[in-house]
Amino acid sequence: MALDLTATVADRGLDVTLTVGDREVVALIGPNGAGKSTVLSVIAGLLRPDAGHSELAGRVLFSLGTSAPAPTCLPAHDRGVAMLAQEALLFPHLTALDNVAFGPRSSGRGRRASRAIARRWLAEVDAAQYADRRPAELSGGQAQRIAVARALAADPALLLLDEPMAALDVAVAPALRQMLRRVLVDRAAVIVTHDVLDALLLADRVVVIEDGHVVEDGPTAQVLAGPRSAFAARIAGLNMVRGKAEGHGVRSPQGQYVEGLAEVPVEQGSNAVAVFRPNAVGVYVHPPGGSPRNVLPATITELEPHGDQVRVRAADLSADITPAAVADLDLAPGVQVVFAVKANEVAVYPA
Amino acid sequence: MGGAAVVLLGTSAGCGSGPEGAAGTTGTTLTVYAASSLTSTFTELGKRFEASHDGVTVSFSFGGSSDLVAQIDQGAPADVFASADTATMDRAVAADAVEGDPVAFASNTLEIAVPPDNPARVTSLQDLAEPATKVVVCAPEVPCGAATQKVEEASKVDIEPVSEEQAVTDVLTKVESGEADAGLVYVTDVQAAGDQVEGVTFPESSAAVNTYPIAALTDSRNADLAKQFVDLVTGSDGRSVLADAGFAKP
Amino acid sequence: MGSGQRPVGLPGWVFVPAAVGAVFVLLPLAAIVARVDWEDFVGLVTSDSSQAALALSLRTSATSTLLCIVFGVPMAMVLARTSFPGQQVLRSLVLLPLVLPPVVGGIALLYTFGRRGVLGSTLEVLGLQVAFSTAAVVLAQTFVALPFLVVSLEGALRTSGQRYEAVAATLGARPTTVFRRVTLPLVLPGLAAGAVLSFARSLGEFGATITFAGSLQGVTRTLPLEIYLQREVDADAAVALSLVLVVVAVVVIGLARGGRAA
Repeated sequence: MALDLTATVADRGLDVTLTVGDREVVALIGPNGAGKSTVLSVIAGLLRPDAGHSELAGRVLFSLGTSAPAPTCLPAHDRGVAMLAQEALLFPHLTALDNVAFGPRSSGRGRRASRAIARRWLAEVDAAQYADRRPAELSGGQAQRIAVARALAADPALLLLDEPMAALDVAVAPALRQMLRRVLVDRAAVIVTHDVLDALLLADRVVVIEDGHVVEDGPTAQVLAGPRSAFAARIAGLNMVRGKAEGHGVRSPQGQYVEGLAEVPVEQGSNAVAVFRPNAVGVYVHPPGGSPRNVLPATITELEPHGDQVRVRAADLSADITPAAVADLDLAPGVQVVFAVKANEVAVYPA
Repeated sequence: MGGAAVVLLGTSAGCGSGPEGAAGTTGTTLTVYAASSLTSTFTELGKRFEASHDGVTVSFSFGGSSDLVAQIDQGAPADVFASADTATMDRAVAADAVEGDPVAFASNTLEIAVPPDNPARVTSLQDLAEPATKVVVCAPEVPCGAATQKVEEASKVDIEPVSEEQAVTDVLTKVESGEADAGLVYVTDVQAAGDQVEGVTFPESSAAVNTYPIAALTDSRNADLAKQFVDLVTGSDGRSVLADAGFAKP
Repeated sequence: MGSGQRPVGLPGWVFVPAAVGAVFVLLPLAAIVARVDWEDFVGLVTSDSSQAALALSLRTSATSTLLCIVFGVPMAMVLARTSFPGQQVLRSLVLLPLVLPPVVGGIALLYTFGRRGVLGSTLEVLGLQVAFSTAAVVLAQTFVALPFLVVSLEGALRTSGQRYEAVAATLGARPTTVFRRVTLPLVLPGLAAGAVLSFARSLGEFGATITFAGSLQGVTRTLPLEIYLQREVDADAAVALSLVLVVVAVVVIGLARGGRAA
């Protein structure tokens, strides 16, 4: 286990437990304000938690709180944790090469050795040609590459990435993502992201934080295919209804009942979720009298383009239908409709 | 009060100033520029002048004599000028600022001032030449400094001061605070300082006597009042006040 | 910006008070220049006393600027980057020499370092004479000039924020390394500006010097003191020396700003 973390930060309402394996990349996702950046700050040593315990590669990062036998809190520079933010934050007064060499030099290596290490990492991130440029002469994407090289050149035991692609052009992000995929192999890292692609392509595990607490933690494919938290469902682009298991389906606290197929047995009355894809949903103006077992009344809140289809949103649910259908049915925000989905398109599993 | 009024009437009549006399003009300000060593004496005389001249306020500007001459030269609104030495008054005369001839009204000699406990055991002028003694004097460019140089030359004593101050009051403050072991100031300053300093007289001081002249100024807007004030200073009232403060006759 | 580009948001009437302010400052300088006796100028400014005063002024101002940097940088760092109870009060007190009349500052220094002052008596026993020495001049100048540097630098530090320092720490740099390689280089412009202000203030310092250090040629009589003394006897010398002081100040400030712009 590379990182072991338990931390409480009272005035941010944070209370989390987290682990990261030796060569594992964990994606930390959640709504804004959930506490993801706070978690990174706590790990990096930039924020002192009120209580908790953390170890990285055998070294105690902090041990605080009333139950801690000997309170310790390592300063940031002693932790071996490197951080990459949305902004590259390259030191403006140093060249790209000296920026990347900063980590090795800070750990005591001489200038020449540090620069050699820096050149190697610049080549690794495909940025060797920018070695002698100053940060002011670099584009956002180039700067972010060099920031990655700088973080890795410091030889950290754990790498933290805080939405690294968020400030970049959509056109530039894919190249950076590919590069990260390459350099994160065999490395322990935590990446905070809003983008499902980051989770899918880079992360081995996904941890979902909502309101300062971990609500879901599991391998990427599993979480995105079968989300148990509202946010994971949203990021995976799936509809989800939570509630108590009843019969073959789930009854929500509001009284809605959705029937589906359970792959694993679900105990009656226990917490369960029913998940289905938007393009399995049909939209009707009048309730259909047909085979679909699930007929859910809804009021349209918005229509948005989704590929070559139109996504019809109604409160927490969405349906993908063709533009022609939207025109035929004369759909618009505020119109009362009915969402119908076949039971065999709905997956039910324990929450 | 009545007696003073009679005296003033007498002196103003003696100068032939006409029917204005002691009544004066109401609401007037008489501006007197005087050397700083004259501060307490002239303030007292100013009060007496105001008492006998209804509606007249005497406003003083005390400072270094050369500063005052420079200001007068630049057109400062002064009616009377009293300087700490004749050299500075001569500059005022040369600048055509003086009405008539200046009158000498007092003289002053130097005295050694030491802090109350006399830490350096100074008893004579020669003691000031001791290297270990911290002596503060006036800069040669100001009247008391010129006097200091004359005294040094006449007595063949070479004083190496640690500081040459711009004004006598600065010398005095350094001695009072114990910063300096001794300073060369005027007899009147030692007297005015009271318990703050001890005075050590020395015979060589007679080599440099500063004569204080006073004069009315040409640009004065109150020529008659100016003359009356000059008369007060040079008359018996002035003489007694000045003598009380330690000034000698001119 | 091209030559034809107009500044946005600058109303035309702004130029009027700006011009008035500029004239207000420049006109007295022009008045001095107009009064200079050019025939005797070289003689007046190269006299023994003038040279001694100028050399002393430059030496002491340079030393006090150095002291301002040595003490002012840590002060600015503490004020800008930490937070403790009473900090606001401490900041106000540290900036006090800015408002204090220089003569009052000199008196305060006298009460501290004078022979009978708080520290003075101890120093005298140790054989360190402060009063009437060049050291006293440097002390007086440092006292009045320090707040300039602290204020300039504190502002620059606050503006630059701490993000780069955080990154540097996560890369493994110890606090001293962070200070040396990240913080200082980033606030160098602010530091330079503060140092220039301190130097200029030291150069022109008069009231505290004459009250605390005294006035003796070559030891404590800096250029402003020399000018003040020359006024007593030779107005032309005073004017000539004033011009020298102005030129020195302009050159120093010009060099410093030019160096930064480069």
